[in-house]
Amino acid sequence: MIESDTFCQALQDIGFDFFTGVPDVLLAGIIETLIERRLYTPAVREDEAVAMAAGAFMAGKVPAVLMANAGLGNSLNTLASLNLLYRQPCLLLIAWRGFDGKDAPEHLVMGRTLPQLLETVRIPHRTLSEQTAPDDVRWIAQTFMKERIPVALLLKSGVVRGIQP
Amino acid sequence: MQSRARAIQAVLELVSDQPVIVCNGFPSREAFKVKDRPENFYMTGSMGMAAAIGLGVALNKPQKKVVVLDGDGNVLMGLGTLATVGALKPKNFIHVVLDNEVYGSGGNQPSYSRVVKLDQIAKAAGYVNVERVREREDLVYEFKDMLGKDGPSLLLVKVTEQVEDVPWVPLPPAQIAERFRKAIA
Repeated sequence: MIESDTFCQALQDIGFDFFTGVPDVLLAGIIETLIERRLYTPAVREDEAVAMAAGAFMAGKVPAVLMANAGLGNSLNTLASLNLLYRQPCLLLIAWRGFDGKDAPEHLVMGRTLPQLLETVRIPHRTLSEQTAPDDVRWIAQTFMKERIPVALLLKSGVVRGIQP
Repeated sequence: MQSRARAIQAVLELVSDQPVIVCNGFPSREAFKVKDRPENFYMTGSMGMAAAIGLGVALNKPQKKVVVLDGDGNVLMGLGTLATVGALKPKNFIHVVLDNEVYGSGGNQPSYSRVVKLDQIAKAAGYVNVERVREREDLVYEFKDMLGKDGPSLLLVKVTEQVEDVPWVPLPPAQIAERFRKAIA
């Protein structure tokens, strides 16, 4: 399992310096670390978070947004008509609730649909694993500035240490 | 009471190099026509998100006063952002709400702002300075005052339903963002 401290440091090392989002229990360890490092600005909705990320990018920051896949539904129009349209990149750290169909019922449809949903709106994505983590972070760094659009890193349960559901 | 375009003009004449984020629909189109400047960010989609974009700028450019030109329909759609602003209390955030009490870009259907007091919601959320004006001279007085003091501030400007005959903002969205980013750097 990846320690949340190591994970946050890896993101900081490639330039990320503005973090916002809406919590999910899978992200709790990461958010705790970001709060300790005074890097996290809480949002009330995920569309607000991706819009704040666009503002932060235009103000010279490198933004990342944390959310559960439920939040991808909330933010889809803003991602499409702001972040993608205006080419405002951000890293979407998405907790993949309902990945294997074993989760609370509200996560099952979004859990099953997550990769297709991202592909439909053409947001490049990868799924973080302990074995491929250095490569995943390199991919984020390269794709982020080359494409200048949001890129998504999907986090399944048990990959980064935190509170587990 | 003045038209929204007149109110936008009054604000844009009072700013110098301050970043201005304009909400989607006719406000962006009118702002472009009245006084285009590289420090203007014209939002075209993402209704409800103008204040969130402005907040992202304000938090990361604390030395600049950031102005959001918003509408009543937009504020109602992104009402949660009033809480975020009220909680974070960015001193450099000025939220101007051009309130015509209708969805003017969608066919003039009434909005709830004719019965719900958006300025009182902002005050309850924790905005530091909150004012409501109708006349141009009051708008000028209050906006100047807000430019000179710590916020977050919200200025509710009641405007008429009049819409100018204005084209789409002719700049490609990516160019609007890049121009804005460079201008406020």
